[in-house]
Amino acid sequence: MSSGINIGQLGNATRASFGESLANLGKEFKSIVVLDADLSKSTKSESFSKNAPERFFQMGIQEANMIGAAAGLAFSGKIPFLCSFGAFLTGRFDQIRVTIGYAQANVRLVGTHAGVGIGEDGCSQMALEDLACMRTLPGMAVLQPADDIETKAMMRYLIDHEGPAYIRLTRQNVVNVHDTNYKFRFGKADEILDGKDAVVFATGGLTGNAYTAIKNLEKEGISVGLVNIHSVKPFDKESVQKWSQKVKHVFTAEDHNVIGGLGGAVAEAMAEIGAPAKLHKIGVQDVYGESGTPEALYEKHGLNANGIGRTLKSILRN
Amino acid sequence: MHMQHQLNQSVPELKKQATTHRKLILEMLEKAGNGHPGGSLSAIDIITALFFNEMKVDPKNPEWNDRDRFVLSKGHGVPALYATLAYRGYFKPEETLALRQLGSVFQGHPDRVRMPAVEASTGSLGQGLSVAQGMAMAGKLDGKDYRVYCLMGDGETQEGQVWEALMSCGNYKLNNLCVFLDANKYQIDGMTKDVMDIEPLEEKIKAFKWNVLRIDGHDMDQILNSLKAARAEKTKPTMIIADTIKGKGVSFMENVNKWHGVSPTKDELKKAIEELERLS
Repeated sequence: MSSGINIGQLGNATRASFGESLANLGKEFKSIVVLDADLSKSTKSESFSKNAPERFFQMGIQEANMIGAAAGLAFSGKIPFLCSFGAFLTGRFDQIRVTIGYAQANVRLVGTHAGVGIGEDGCSQMALEDLACMRTLPGMAVLQPADDIETKAMMRYLIDHEGPAYIRLTRQNVVNVHDTNYKFRFGKADEILDGKDAVVFATGGLTGNAYTAIKNLEKEGISVGLVNIHSVKPFDKESVQKWSQKVKHVFTAEDHNVIGGLGGAVAEAMAEIGAPAKLHKIGVQDVYGESGTPEALYEKHGLNANGIGRTLKSILRN
Repeated sequence: MHMQHQLNQSVPELKKQATTHRKLILEMLEKAGNGHPGGSLSAIDIITALFFNEMKVDPKNPEWNDRDRFVLSKGHGVPALYATLAYRGYFKPEETLALRQLGSVFQGHPDRVRMPAVEASTGSLGQGLSVAQGMAMAGKLDGKDYRVYCLMGDGETQEGQVWEALMSCGNYKLNNLCVFLDANKYQIDGMTKDVMDIEPLEEKIKAFKWNVLRIDGHDMDQILNSLKAARAEKTKPTMIIADTIKGKGVSFMENVNKWHGVSPTKDELKKAIEELERLS
């Protein structure tokens, strides 16, 4: 491929793409400021801190105060990117709700270390309820890129976005599903594969795993569509409407609790539409996370390509 | 700088002005039927001094880039802010009588989206100082000489986030930040010393690398002198612990904690206004 992107192959972790993009955008847009709570090596805000130390605020291990300070910077005309683990940010839900959400502060909350995919550190570090929490805040954009290309496109979009946004990123490397021709469209579903037996609505790193699973099923004569939901909010109900009338089975795939996140958003949309299709939610089945290698955890929860493939087949073969 | 941006009222003028504000606070609370008189009356002398002497603001252009900022962290004291903003020219005093009504911009706690003159949306205690910190950091980053003021409650210091912010502001040496702690000694469930003792505040906050002053928060001379000292401070944020009286200015409300969150009846309002008019 001329772009040098191998679709279907393992690429960068979205946190790494974020860090690279942030450092580059920081050179062009002087109103960007970055706040981190002693995790800049992990969130990858570190390269920005080296390029523009005067616009990087090390806030110490104080997420609540960081959220307020970011709001104050936003009210003073800055575009703050506030970085921590997603679990630690949404743990300060009241601060996010009152100081940022209700006040419509133009802050970008960057939550890395999404889901059980972080592995050995275990439950306390895993953002598993963040999409659900953030989705309930009026006016909060809730975004999750699938791969390197999309992360960078989303980052560029976020410079111009008005209002608060939450961006959810992976610790681990993810499979590329986009090439350099990709155009990010805020609030719109991104249809990657067409299919006639079923569709998978996937978000984040699971988009790539679903892609691999669907490509494998193709060889067995099973035809499944793939829709990448980078905007969990605002959510593209029209895409759900279209697909839930076209196919009998709708799947969701996310490294998040199946309650309240993408699975929740699709379930709500299908119920409102009165969709005839049946919904199957792939994700973390309302349990807490635990330690283990990312691979072992993805196998356990059925979130790797094999696991997603097994679930698809078990439904579609009947 | 335009002269109207800073009023520089004298001490006698400020005293009179604060009495006018007290009357409007009580009128809007009586009309609303609920709200927080005690903590509004303890804070009003400080807020009046800020807007009528100290701060550079432009009521015709509330979002003027170079304005001084005021964050009311104890959001339930917002009638004091509304009364002050009204007489400062942001809106008409009678408009504030829509306090707490459906569709009103005069929300029960500050809302910066509905009212651009309000700098931060507050009401969940412990969050305002962090927002003020962000504004002070932005001012430093941009090389602006605007100052950031914040008013907190004493009970509010029981929130952990306050100590995060105190530590961080000291660490960042935000000498463009000046905070008033309205120490009226009461909170909803009783006296602060009984609910959760916060003293010794001066020693604690000094240890967080702040310039700390302690004043009588109803003495205009002391308020103005402390503001002057805060402006002269070159390396630290300033905390002015202002000893105040909850319900100050209305004899039957002073230090009677039921007035934390109960509004006066028509008769009580009349009595209070008569008292205040004798003062002015």
